[in-house]
Amino acid sequence: MHTNRRNFLKLSATAAVATAFGGLGLGCTPKATMVDHAAALDPKWSKQTTTICCYCAVGCGLIVNTSLKDNKAINVEGDPDHPINEGALCAKGASIWQLAENDRRPDSVLYRAPYSSKFKKVSLAWALEKIAHNVKKTRDETFTLTNKKGQTVNRCDGIASVGSAALDNEECWALQTMLRSLGLVYIEHQARI
Amino acid sequence: MTNHWIDIKNSDCILIMGSNAAENHPISFKWVTRAQENGATVIHVDPRFTRTSAKADMYAGIRSGADIAVLGGMIKYILEKDLIFKEYVVNYTNASFIVGDDYKFDDGVFAGYDPKTKSYDKSQWAFAMDADGNPQKDATLQDPKCVYQMLKKHYDRYNMDEVSSISGMGKADLVKLYETYAATGKSDKAGTIMYAMGWTQHTVGVQNIRSMAMIQLLLGNIGIAGGGVNALRGESNVQGSTDHCLLYHILPGYLKTPLASQPTLAAYDKKYTPVSNDPKSANWWSNYPKYSASLIKSMWMDEDPKTAYNYLPKLENHKAMDYSWLTLFDKMDDGQFKGFFAWGMNPACSGANANKNRRAMGKLDWLVNVNIFPNETASFWEGPDMDPSKIKTEVFFLPCAVSIEKEGSITNSGRWMQWRYKGPDAPNGLKPDGDLLYELMHEIQELYKKEGGAYPDPITKLSWDGIATNGVFDAHKTAKLINGFFTKDIEVKGKKFKKGDQVPSFAYLQADGSTCSGNWLYSNSYTAKGNMAARRSLAQTEEQANIGLFPNFSWCWPVNRRILYNRASVDLKGNPYNPKKAVIKWTGPKTKWQGDVPDGGWAPDARYAFIMRKHGFGQLYGPGRADGPLPEYYEPLECPVKSHPFSGTLHNPTALSYDNEEKAVCDPRYPLVGTTYRVTEHWQTGVMTRNQEWLTEMEPQVFVEMSPELAELRGINNGDKVTVDSLRGSIWAKAIITKRLKPFAIQGVTVHQIGLPWHFGWTWPKNGGDSANILTPSVGDPNTGIPETKAFMVNVRKA
Repeated sequence: MHTNRRNFLKLSATAAVATAFGGLGLGCTPKATMVDHAAALDPKWSKQTTTICCYCAVGCGLIVNTSLKDNKAINVEGDPDHPINEGALCAKGASIWQLAENDRRPDSVLYRAPYSSKFKKVSLAWALEKIAHNVKKTRDETFTLTNKKGQTVNRCDGIASVGSAALDNEECWALQTMLRSLGLVYIEHQARI
Repeated sequence: MTNHWIDIKNSDCILIMGSNAAENHPISFKWVTRAQENGATVIHVDPRFTRTSAKADMYAGIRSGADIAVLGGMIKYILEKDLIFKEYVVNYTNASFIVGDDYKFDDGVFAGYDPKTKSYDKSQWAFAMDADGNPQKDATLQDPKCVYQMLKKHYDRYNMDEVSSISGMGKADLVKLYETYAATGKSDKAGTIMYAMGWTQHTVGVQNIRSMAMIQLLLGNIGIAGGGVNALRGESNVQGSTDHCLLYHILPGYLKTPLASQPTLAAYDKKYTPVSNDPKSANWWSNYPKYSASLIKSMWMDEDPKTAYNYLPKLENHKAMDYSWLTLFDKMDDGQFKGFFAWGMNPACSGANANKNRRAMGKLDWLVNVNIFPNETASFWEGPDMDPSKIKTEVFFLPCAVSIEKEGSITNSGRWMQWRYKGPDAPNGLKPDGDLLYELMHEIQELYKKEGGAYPDPITKLSWDGIATNGVFDAHKTAKLINGFFTKDIEVKGKKFKKGDQVPSFAYLQADGSTCSGNWLYSNSYTAKGNMAARRSLAQTEEQANIGLFPNFSWCWPVNRRILYNRASVDLKGNPYNPKKAVIKWTGPKTKWQGDVPDGGWAPDARYAFIMRKHGFGQLYGPGRADGPLPEYYEPLECPVKSHPFSGTLHNPTALSYDNEEKAVCDPRYPLVGTTYRVTEHWQTGVMTRNQEWLTEMEPQVFVEMSPELAELRGINNGDKVTVDSLRGSIWAKAIITKRLKPFAIQGVTVHQIGLPWHFGWTWPKNGGDSANILTPSVGDPNTGIPETKAFMVNVRKA
């Protein structure tokens, strides 16, 4: 976590930028939002957490500022204390805030019935129950106890899975555990392509 | 990566080949630049002049797919001019091993080839063994059957004229490249390679990388600071997802998936536990049974591993042709699968021959897609040329939380496991993937408990609460399980442990079920000392700081070793070959090794350096690969030539391909070499970047880059909308006419190359275009199954 000194410096820097623009007289009137943005980063109003970039595998460190008022991300920036990126980020890493705060994120699970021409919104509980039934039905119908040679194989050849390098380690491990306990052998992900 | 990002700064010569690091791994260039400022030479070899080329000290163009010609030529150059690091080569590589009498190589084909199965009987490539069952050796490297002499003979054909004529790289460039890189064969010089999909996505992908690994061994560049073989991995956790083995052929920690021919855990362990009769070979995989039993225990905690072994599904074989990605979609297209999970993936755009994959998904009963944004996979049924009224597939799209909204770890390309904390709440009550998959499996488990079903034991007995607290997925609890703990009170290596104690490292794992560990490689990451991946200390000793090791920041597998094979960085007395950039150093029996965590704590020369190899040596000759023990030149399966200079065998005879799919070889309809790549502002299929205004403003739509010469031939102007065609399909793209691409002179004929990014898809942004993978072929590497999406044949025309 980060020192008060850094917060202080960051706030000073933001304030300085606001002042500088204000003083240029180029029509860049300092907007109220800019001041609000700086103020929102104050530890009184926000918490800081460290994270690692979700794009390439360089593994750059980032600092996320989250509003204590509504638990939304206010700002994401490079972590100067991270020894790999030393605060620097590429265009994608610098845009992570917009990955979270994005109107295009769906607000519910979507379901498309067979032969339908549209998605409809459904609850997560409904979807999970229906998927679980689908998995069970397909697994029970396609499960192979022994192969042609009579060898025990205990596998489900009717379901395949791809993904994912986008998951955390703990999620990856849990996913492989889930898939293998179901008997899947067609398991692939980004590393293969 | 054998090394890690910061370590690049220690290099004297950085070869970037098969990668555009400056644009696709931008922050890596912080360390490339740091090396350059310290006097290092940076070389970029690529079909296209990129920002990486612009920063490099030398750029050399190469036709896509001709890498082994250039690298084979480098091996010849190094051997002919005797530029090897001889002490290293003799002591640490299998250069001195004697190859058995069955080995043959004739006109591009190795001994043991069966054209019916398109595969080799690899037993014919074995080493000649001595009376003790160890490989025969000749440390003088004079025996004509020793690996060193075999290499000389094999690469003798790779002369400068022919390498130049097939690769399109000028001879002056070749000489400069070879001379500069081979200069790192000195004990105090380090050369490194940065490669990515430009090397893997070929039907000779594994052998591209093996060629370079061999060069690194010959020059003594593996195990040292500023050296190694460094894959620049493309996804934030693709290293971790590979380590945890979401792949058909391996289980967590690179254990093999069991086969039908292995009915018991004992039979399985016996098959995969190598035996060496040489007491100096550490033969680390001899510990295999400890890791397999601990993994099985972590999944089925209440069962004996011998019993629970039955719960693991068994494959028929490990062939990429039978199970890997391309075949998965081929079988889907044939109607084999009823159900399909695309979890955190967008295969409608990411897979080669994307139209085939999209069509295949229409043959499913149901599809579950988990992603942050709607995408071409979830919406495949309403895509181009699709008639929803004829597609039966039931589709579930589950949106999920993004990385900053959840807690857990990811592993970067340098094997650093780094912890992430939760910042904001996900909007609309969206949940992390871990919660979704925990809840789904819980639901399935309850169903089987209630109703029974086909072979229910693996499901009903699964220790699913091992990853949750109070019914909610718990990343810490899962991380602890992955590290492993003792399942009963036990004494190991003179230390007493209680049931439930965290295992200190994989050295403490047991084969009898008294320990569990979800992944032995990660054992030591969450111990009695706490969550090692969350460490933030920059503290290091002077020696560690000298090479930027940062051993107290995050955690790195295995056992926090930052540079793999580091026992090869010292001589047989434990003295660093390059004292100015020492990785480890032997300081005597009491204080032992200083610096990095050594590859085993034994005294110098007590064990051979390459502890993961059965015989303990780096493999110049690699008899385990599907396509030969030595890399050999073959053309991509789609190519602009009818022959190449090195043999009469045009293509890799073991390449993964489907006979019913046509390939363009010297086909006048598709005369241009095509390749795909990425831009800094977008990522993979673009799902996580195309939905961001800041990024789409900078890169709004698909483009195709071509040389002014080709543009003139086709009557295309800069900015024109053009159509790019291949045997698989067509897409439109905006033409960028640029000198970054130049025509190649290949065997005296002008060959044009074009390239385009594969980030786009028809759903969003509007008028952004579609995936370049509509053009790419379903052919792949015989070892890995990775598709050949970096070299294929196309045409361009005005739209």
